[in-house]
Amino acid sequence: MQEWANQLCENRQFGSKMTDSKYFTTTKKGEIFELKAELNSDKKEKKKEAVKKVIASMTVGKDVSALFPDVVNCMQTDNLELKKLVYLYLMNYAKSQPDMAIMAVNTFVKDCEDPNPLIRALAVRTMGCIRVDKITEYLCEPLRKCLKDEDPYVRKTAAVCVAKLHDINAQLVEDQGFLDTLKDLISDSNPMVVANAVAALSEIAESHPNSNLLDLNPQTINKLLTALNECTEWGQIFILDCLANYTPRDDRESQSICERVTPRLSHANSAVVLSAVKVLMKFMEMLPKDLDYYGTLLKKLAPPLVTLLSAEPELQYVALRNINLIVQRRPEILKHEMKVFFVKYNDPIYVKLEKLDIMIRLASQANIAQVLAELKEYATEVDVDFVRKAVRAIGRCAIKVEQSAERCVSTLLDLIQTKVNYVVQEAIVVIKDIFRKYPNKYESVIATLCENLDSLDEPEARAAMIWIVGEYAERIDNADELLESFLEGFHDESTQVQLQLLTAIVKLFLKKPTETQELVQQVLSLATQDSDNPDLRDRGYIYWRLLSTDPVAAKEVVLAEKPLISEETDLIEPTLLEELICHIGTLASVYHKPPSAFVEGSRGVQHKRLPGSAGSGESVESPDTGSAPVASEAPPAVIPSQDLLGDLLNLDLTPTTTTGPPPPSSAMQMGAMDLLGGGLDSLLGVDLGGSPAMTAGFGAPPTAGPPSFTAPVSGGLDDLFDLGGGVGMPMGAYVPPKTLWLPAMKAKGLEISGTFGRRAGVVQMEMTLTNKAMSVMTDFAIQFNRNSFGLAPAGPLQVLTPVSPNQSIEAVLPLNTVGPVMKMEPLNNLQVAVKNNIDVFYFSCQYPISMLFVEDGKMERQVFLATWKDIPNENESKFQLNDCHLNADAASSKLQGSNIFTIAKRTVEGQDMLYQSMKLTNGIWVLAELRAQAGNPNYTVSLRCRAPEVSQCVFQSYEAVLKN
Amino acid sequence: MSLSAVFVLDLKGKVLICRNYKGDVDMAEIDHFMPLLMQHDDEGLTCPVMSHGNVHFMWIKHSNLYLVATTNKNSNASLVYSFLYKLVEVFTEYFKELEEESIQDNFVVVYELLDELMDFGFPQTTDSKILQEYITQEGAKLEVAKSKVPTTVTNAVSWRSEGIKYKKNEVFIDVIESINVLVNANGSVMSSDIVGSIKLKTMLSGMPELRLGLNDRVLFALTGRDKGKTVVMEDVKFHQCVRLSRFENDRTISFIPPDGESELMSYRINTHVKPLIWIESIIEKFSHSRVEIMVKAKGQFKKQSVANNVEVRIPVPSDADSPKFKTSTGNAKYVPEKNWVVWTIKSFPGGKEFLMRAHFGLPSVENDELEGKPPITVKFEIPYFTVSGIQVRYMKIIEKSGYQALPWVRYITQSGDYQLRTNM
Repeated sequence: MQEWANQLCENRQFGSKMTDSKYFTTTKKGEIFELKAELNSDKKEKKKEAVKKVIASMTVGKDVSALFPDVVNCMQTDNLELKKLVYLYLMNYAKSQPDMAIMAVNTFVKDCEDPNPLIRALAVRTMGCIRVDKITEYLCEPLRKCLKDEDPYVRKTAAVCVAKLHDINAQLVEDQGFLDTLKDLISDSNPMVVANAVAALSEIAESHPNSNLLDLNPQTINKLLTALNECTEWGQIFILDCLANYTPRDDRESQSICERVTPRLSHANSAVVLSAVKVLMKFMEMLPKDLDYYGTLLKKLAPPLVTLLSAEPELQYVALRNINLIVQRRPEILKHEMKVFFVKYNDPIYVKLEKLDIMIRLASQANIAQVLAELKEYATEVDVDFVRKAVRAIGRCAIKVEQSAERCVSTLLDLIQTKVNYVVQEAIVVIKDIFRKYPNKYESVIATLCENLDSLDEPEARAAMIWIVGEYAERIDNADELLESFLEGFHDESTQVQLQLLTAIVKLFLKKPTETQELVQQVLSLATQDSDNPDLRDRGYIYWRLLSTDPVAAKEVVLAEKPLISEETDLIEPTLLEELICHIGTLASVYHKPPSAFVEGSRGVQHKRLPGSAGSGESVESPDTGSAPVASEAPPAVIPSQDLLGDLLNLDLTPTTTTGPPPPSSAMQMGAMDLLGGGLDSLLGVDLGGSPAMTAGFGAPPTAGPPSFTAPVSGGLDDLFDLGGGVGMPMGAYVPPKTLWLPAMKAKGLEISGTFGRRAGVVQMEMTLTNKAMSVMTDFAIQFNRNSFGLAPAGPLQVLTPVSPNQSIEAVLPLNTVGPVMKMEPLNNLQVAVKNNIDVFYFSCQYPISMLFVEDGKMERQVFLATWKDIPNENESKFQLNDCHLNADAASSKLQGSNIFTIAKRTVEGQDMLYQSMKLTNGIWVLAELRAQAGNPNYTVSLRCRAPEVSQCVFQSYEAVLKN
Repeated sequence: MSLSAVFVLDLKGKVLICRNYKGDVDMAEIDHFMPLLMQHDDEGLTCPVMSHGNVHFMWIKHSNLYLVATTNKNSNASLVYSFLYKLVEVFTEYFKELEEESIQDNFVVVYELLDELMDFGFPQTTDSKILQEYITQEGAKLEVAKSKVPTTVTNAVSWRSEGIKYKKNEVFIDVIESINVLVNANGSVMSSDIVGSIKLKTMLSGMPELRLGLNDRVLFALTGRDKGKTVVMEDVKFHQCVRLSRFENDRTISFIPPDGESELMSYRINTHVKPLIWIESIIEKFSHSRVEIMVKAKGQFKKQSVANNVEVRIPVPSDADSPKFKTSTGNAKYVPEKNWVVWTIKSFPGGKEFLMRAHFGLPSVENDELEGKPPITVKFEIPYFTVSGIQVRYMKIIEKSGYQALPWVRYITQSGDYQLRTNM
């Protein structure tokens, strides 16, 4: 071995004297010409040197494609190094010279049969990289042989080649049956081959989500788990990533897979560890929480996650982004590991910021003292972004851990004393949040805050300070002076500050009306007359009107008690969190965005979800009978802190609040009353000198009040599932308007337009027959071709009287669903033949599938729940329904008219979710989840059905029903 | 799933060499990399993942090179970074130094390696010892290797070739423990842990089966043994040669070792360790005039042991000048380019205490720029000693030829990330 090492050293020395760099130096004119001559030289050595020069030129970006035929001529060589270089050249230029690339085919085919497996593999690997259509045809035969090659090195290369070929010509791969061969390779005796086959299949499956290629069953899973122990680190990653897509049948299978995956947590490669964590985090969902093994597994996850923080900084970053997700999903795993997230001086900034984020998430009463000491340390660092975040973190700790609030406030005051401009500003912003959370507790610090008024130059800090002054106006002697000082540059302020100032002065006025009338007039006129900002103007008018009509009501509205602010801010929305957990280790988990948000062409791809848990009634994604776990974890009536300021005022008016004491409707009445007579002057008792603009504002019709007034106040969580009786009032099935089915031109003057409907449980075809010919039409008859749901006329077409020219008659044909069945494309296509005395005419039309929804399509809630879980995730389709302006209840009753029954309703974070079922005439059940966000006209419809092909049609019905 | 192309760039962002694996991302996209990186840097938001349109760049920096992977899919990011670091490792083993020059000097081999390391975005054989068997810098050698089938590449034992021969069969085991400590300015230990590593230098013939015995508390508990000091390893990571499921089952560390040098395993121990070298410092800064530093170092380990090559690095303001030192032992040196003083003590016996004083002048016109508060860092090595008390109890070596082999064990404890914050 020593000898070998010495030899290597010698080679190196040799290399340093005669390095490849010499190939880069030939830059004289006529180079190409010279190279051409050298390439065609008889001397092997010279040829090789020439090819190296060509590759060197290619490397530095020179175009050497002109040498294509000459280089290809060098391909037939027994020198492996030369061959590799020529292949490399081909990969680069074949695409630009497709016709000449054909010249290379013969050699490729020959090389695929070379006795040396290295060459066979090289040939098949390179051929796959040449993305020229003409060549791919020739690739099939060699590839087929290589897939069955005796040498595993060749087989594993061939497996990847199938994925390459599929990328170029998917149809060809399917026609040639390569996919089946690839699937067979999952059972190969060599683990490397298995790993590459899995990788190739996963890759293909990813680009063809519906191909059902990776049809995982317990047998294949077992094979994969066996290969997992034997293949390279990379192969382990492919297999683990593939496993993560599998949904075990039950908790026992889930546990047994977890047991076999757990040893991977001890792998030295961080990527293997993270992929294993992904599998475990996903399958853990299915384990009953009271199972001993569940606890064991949780304990096993912490140490490897902590060790990931000793990896290279980039890997640390990926790990931290993922830990951030894991901590949100399962806080118990790392709750004792706070210390490892303490920031080190030499950590890169991206690592520091992520650690800080996780520290806040892990902060609890038990560790808050340490955390605060650390945060204070960070706040005196020099990196501005980091310092700001540290100061914010202190505020968040105060809000999260009540016991620490006092200490946090005093820490913040210490920091304010540093007079470092951005520290002071951040501190004031977070102190405002602390005031929100603990009203009337820390107002003693206001004096200190006010001292720093002049140094605030950032809008957020100014707005926060103004809010504080307004909120505590009665305790600040010179509140009016302070606010007035801001008013001077009103128009130079940002909107955020302007809105806040307006509100603060109104608050001040309501608290100290006698001294501040002038100020309030000033701000109202600045806001309403001199501003182009509609938000500001509207808010100004609202206040004005409110003050002018009923100051008492105004007080109740403006000085209303505020709802609590949330402890946990910027939590990832639970459905997204679940999806991201399924993508641990990938870019999605780093960005905290679903893949569909940044990968082109993946919009239709199904969103991954965690499997439902077994036994215990806790599951997040399926409609649950109990209260929604998401809601029960977070206190009700929370508002995310990022729009805190914006919401400070709005929540007086908008329905986000559940506690706001004065019902907004009273404010509405005020507006109306105002119209009836009362002017500003009379109520305020001063002449405000109403300008025409103002009067116009007051003259607006009462209904023109802010739309948020009329929005219903959400009833919290109580009325979640009480829809059963509430919905009532069937409105009748939706019947689309008639469309033209058969134009007169095509049917010798007979025009048929029609539609389908379901009336009193009977499906009907309703037609208008118009005679546009010159003669009378008689003897009508109708017949259907076989169709997807066996629709057939229940009786003859009743057209009793002859139809004279230019006459239209209505015909109603009752249908049944006992006719012959044949699957149509599209599914709801119906081919019809109509006969009259003149001829037979054919047309096809499409019926809304909703007419096949039967009246007894309401599933029991329990059954629904079980069925929903039971239907595999792959059978779910998601649709977006745009521009639907119904609220959830209206939608629900409308859908019920078409036999789409709402079984349960749930409201989470302002999002309404309706769970619905429907049954088709042939007994197929379709389960649906309809999501509607208040104020957002876009609904999301998720459909689950054992026959997923109906989903598209069902969704069309949804669209038709809801939009009409 | 994985990456689309790999680029090696110089510091200016010029492509030195690249390999397009999948062809689904335009190779010209790399031109956006450097401007993007500079933009992020300017905003102070350097990030290892950047995106431009629907192209994502994942990058690492090594000496004067950037290694960049591109993708437009939801790639496995941790796989990509692991792979990029693996590239660095393989190139370094081939060329000794991985830098701009070595890439240019060896571009043919670099291309060959890129072809062998990854296929269509899937990492393949990345073990440099195995690669060196069939990809070499010397073209002539290939003729010999040509007819050879690279069995190791696809063997279940992909890290060791068959037919290795040594006259004398030996294996050297190094147990190295690094102490990471973070001490607050007020002297309280914020966090401390031990990261241990067991490295092998294997010079064994054939395909030997090895079994390593440690005084692992879990193992002792499993086997009912209850003698002597044991160690609780918080988390253990193994070289891929170790049979993980075996360890999971009965804590047995069994493996067929790679030939030559390798890291067999690493472990982390979270116990609260007393910082082996304790530093107390007083740094007084008198604005516009001077900085006075007093540092006391104390060896908090047993008297029989000696710490070697101890280096205490004390930060000083960047505009400090005219250094003066006084030490009770060792010597101190000002390193202006790093803004620190290094106090070196060649040999530091346990239980001893040493002092160092330094005095710096400060200019009357001070640097406006805010400076960070870098911590004091310490470097040291203590041979024949492990803090955790971990011990190699045995190393069993079994080879079918039945030769006798000798294991040699060395222990050493050294400083890892050893930081003490200051009040300056």
